[in-house]
Amino acid sequence: MAQITDPSDGVPEQSHQAHPIKLYLTCWGFLFVLSAGSYWVDYAQLQGLLRWSLILIFMFLKAGLIVAVFMHMAWERLALTYAILLPPLAALVFMAIMMAESDYTLFTRTVYLGAE
Amino acid sequence: MSTTHGYVPDRPDGVEGLAADWSADQTAFKGVSWGKAMMWIFLLSDTFVFSIFLIAYMSARSSTATEWPNASEVFALHVGGADLPLLLIAIMTFVLISSSGTMAMAVNCAYARDRRRTAALMFLTAALGATFVGMQAFEWSKLIEEGVRPWGNPWGAEQFGATFFMITGFHGTHVTFGVIFLLIVARKVRSGAFDRDERSWLSRGKGDYEAVEIMGLYWHFVDLVWVFIFAFFYLW
Repeated sequence: MAQITDPSDGVPEQSHQAHPIKLYLTCWGFLFVLSAGSYWVDYAQLQGLLRWSLILIFMFLKAGLIVAVFMHMAWERLALTYAILLPPLAALVFMAIMMAESDYTLFTRTVYLGAE
Repeated sequence: MSTTHGYVPDRPDGVEGLAADWSADQTAFKGVSWGKAMMWIFLLSDTFVFSIFLIAYMSARSSTATEWPNASEVFALHVGGADLPLLLIAIMTFVLISSSGTMAMAVNCAYARDRRRTAALMFLTAALGATFVGMQAFEWSKLIEEGVRPWGNPWGAEQFGATFFMITGFHGTHVTFGVIFLLIVARKVRSGAFDRDERSWLSRGKGDYEAVEIMGLYWHFVDLVWVFIFAFFYLW
């Protein structure tokens, strides 16, 4: 009950995110390599499905490393992790809706406005 | 030590802990100060803002019958007689990632209560952030000179300029505000404000360096957004 009545809503000492500096340096190194990888995708002029899948893989790996390690999400309680990471899924739903919508817009532009 | 983070005594962990924490009559985010929780919630709202920008860009790009300008060529730099695709953007990406690295080290030093090193690393982070904004200003001027406007450009679909200025402009604004706040917090750290036994809007008392970690959350988020902009706007 102390957690409820404590006026400062005290942050226990162990909740401080203190991790060995080596962890950050490793993460940093990986981010560099992954960034170089995504730049290479463009430099090598990869096209088609290979290009898109590599872009997405590098992107998600980078985003995951930043959120999990640099922003310490990997060590937070699930109550916070879910509250922050689940709502953005709604944006994915919206994206799917807008994909269908823009297909339709392109269709009308092609059929009725004589766009090529 | 790192495995015990987020552990709160006398509470279940994992999914059981999730249900227990959210149940009733208590703070949901245990082991997280209100400042950190509020920063996370702000970042969630910002996630939606940027998601919607990127979705708007997707809609514009996939609904136009005109060809979308090739980013690889538009953002190429002419160096030593050769056109290098996306060179400036690649450098900007590395600068921003480096600044995230120095920020993470600053947080680490802050919890070791090493105020000199913390302040130095935060100033370095701010300098890298300012470099990023500077390069973005260069990129904007170059494109404007070449005739890119929110309503048109020399290469293709008219929506290109509008989405480019909107998305990179909003991100650049975030970086700029981040730099300003980094300087404010770093100055406080250097002056020893977090080592004095007093409360302020950034510190709850002696040795409370959490403001540095919260500042770090914002800064890493700015880097995170750039990861998505880089992938979808520049590489796609």
